[in-house]
Amino acid sequence: MIVPVSYYLVLGAILFSIGVTGVLLRRNAIMVFMSIELMLNAVNLSFVAMSRALDSLDGQVFVFFVMTVAAAEVAVGLALIVAIFRSLGSADVDDAHVLKG
Amino acid sequence: MERFLAQNWTVIQPALFLVFTGLIVLLVDLWLKEEEREWLAYFSLVGFGGAGVIVVRQWLAVRGLETPITGFGGMMVLDTLGLLFQMLFFLVGFLAVLLAPGYLTRRRLQRGEFYALLLFSTAGMSLLAGAQDLIMLFLGIEVLSIPLYILAGFARPRLDSEEASLKYFLLGAFATGFLLYGTALLYGATGTTAFEALRASEAAAAPRENVMFMAGIALLLVGLGFKISMAPFHQWTPDVYEGAPTPVTAFMVAATKAGGMVALIRLLYWGLGPADDVWRPLLGVLAAVTMTWGNVGALLQRNVKRMLAYSSIAHAGYLLIGVLSGGVGFVAVLVYLLIYALTNLGAFGVILLLEDGEREALDIESYRGLARFHPGAALLMSVFLLSLAGFPPTAGFFGKFLLFTAGISAGLTWLVVVAVLNSVLSVFYYARVIVKMYMQEPVETPAFSRSWLVAGALAVAAVGVVLLGLYPTVVVRLITA
Repeated sequence: MIVPVSYYLVLGAILFSIGVTGVLLRRNAIMVFMSIELMLNAVNLSFVAMSRALDSLDGQVFVFFVMTVAAAEVAVGLALIVAIFRSLGSADVDDAHVLKG
Repeated sequence: MERFLAQNWTVIQPALFLVFTGLIVLLVDLWLKEEEREWLAYFSLVGFGGAGVIVVRQWLAVRGLETPITGFGGMMVLDTLGLLFQMLFFLVGFLAVLLAPGYLTRRRLQRGEFYALLLFSTAGMSLLAGAQDLIMLFLGIEVLSIPLYILAGFARPRLDSEEASLKYFLLGAFATGFLLYGTALLYGATGTTAFEALRASEAAAAPRENVMFMAGIALLLVGLGFKISMAPFHQWTPDVYEGAPTPVTAFMVAATKAGGMVALIRLLYWGLGPADDVWRPLLGVLAAVTMTWGNVGALLQRNVKRMLAYSSIAHAGYLLIGVLSGGVGFVAVLVYLLIYALTNLGAFGVILLLEDGEREALDIESYRGLARFHPGAALLMSVFLLSLAGFPPTAGFFGKFLLFTAGISAGLTWLVVVAVLNSVLSVFYYARVIVKMYMQEPVETPAFSRSWLVAGALAVAAVGVVLLGLYPTVVVRLITA
């Protein structure tokens, strides 16, 4: 059985929406970050599915770039979260509220 | 083959130069003691200067060409617009490095990564300036942003800096998600990521019949809107600009905005030109909202860094008028960004001077009676603030004049009216600081730290602001020649 491309695109859209919801609702920085990763991977899924449907390689190439950049972002992001956990004793984004006005 | 390579390397030569300088800075840093690290600043100055020489030479070579040079299979282009933007980035980088060493030493933050990250971030902007493909757009934005996430938190373990960094990072990555999804949808609708093919695609010719294409444009605007702090995606700006170390804030205010603007211009005009009836009205409304929101926000601030952050949001709104005007508008955007960069670097330079190891002059009250203690600093600050407000004969006036005339000639009269009203509103909060400095009694002796490098940067900024105000047409003629 061949799964139609539209299924993948819908799945990608659903995953992306779950990711967005997670970013907006979650308060723990790690969870927020994981939701962002979910968004990026939803994008990757859409890219690969479209690449297959359009019979063009550009989408697959793009996925490689997304993965590389996401890896760099993970390295920076986790370091930042660890740093703020050390000085705050919590990774809750609501606990970080020195800056306001 | 050789010819092919030569052409490709030429296109990314300035970015390569910056990256190599950054790598050398990282390497040399290992052998230096803390008190010797100031040398890295001088070395990065050479990096920015060298990259500047490269782009000026490329600009002189490219100026007369009919068809611009492209590289990497059409993914990058070497044209005058991109090169002029790169000159701007390198000038901002140069001046930001001048602001940094004294501050970093006082705060015990003198680490080599600072200069390397600044160089890497500028390399990202340099790539962005020539982007002709959605892949390059994405890569440029990320290379620009990731070093800035770290730089915002450079004053670790200060909580405000860490918080700024975390907020910038989380919201920045969130915006990247939108940008990427928009890219994916555009790719799905047209089957290509290259700007040239996007422009020629069927979907771009009749965008309203293609939901995927429309959604892609909207999501891309969200992602880029975040980078230039366009309302309603500007929420991170005041927090990040307040918490980040002051030299980093100065760099971000001036350079990131320019990087975001060039990305927007490339995408909208080179990639989505035929679909302009979709994004034009949308961006027009957002521009009006952005400038109003920024100015009203700035009115309510008591912290000078936050005030300048909100003012930078308002300026993003003004700049969008130039982006929307196209053609002449690009010249206006470039000149405005140059003036805006000099002015902001100057203002943040003065903020930097008014601090020592512990105390810093961030609250507006700490500017009371400044003119009595440091007349020079107060005078410079006044010039910069007046230029931001757009008073003649400072350069800010001329910049606004260029933008607004470009807007009117493009038929955006309503937007220009909103912008002029906003400029009037903005005078209040800029003038408030000046009034504090000249007309009120001081509460305490302000902190002050002398630095020749900062003085140099301030001199360049002040001379630039005054000269561009007095002889405005020179730079326009130079650009359009």
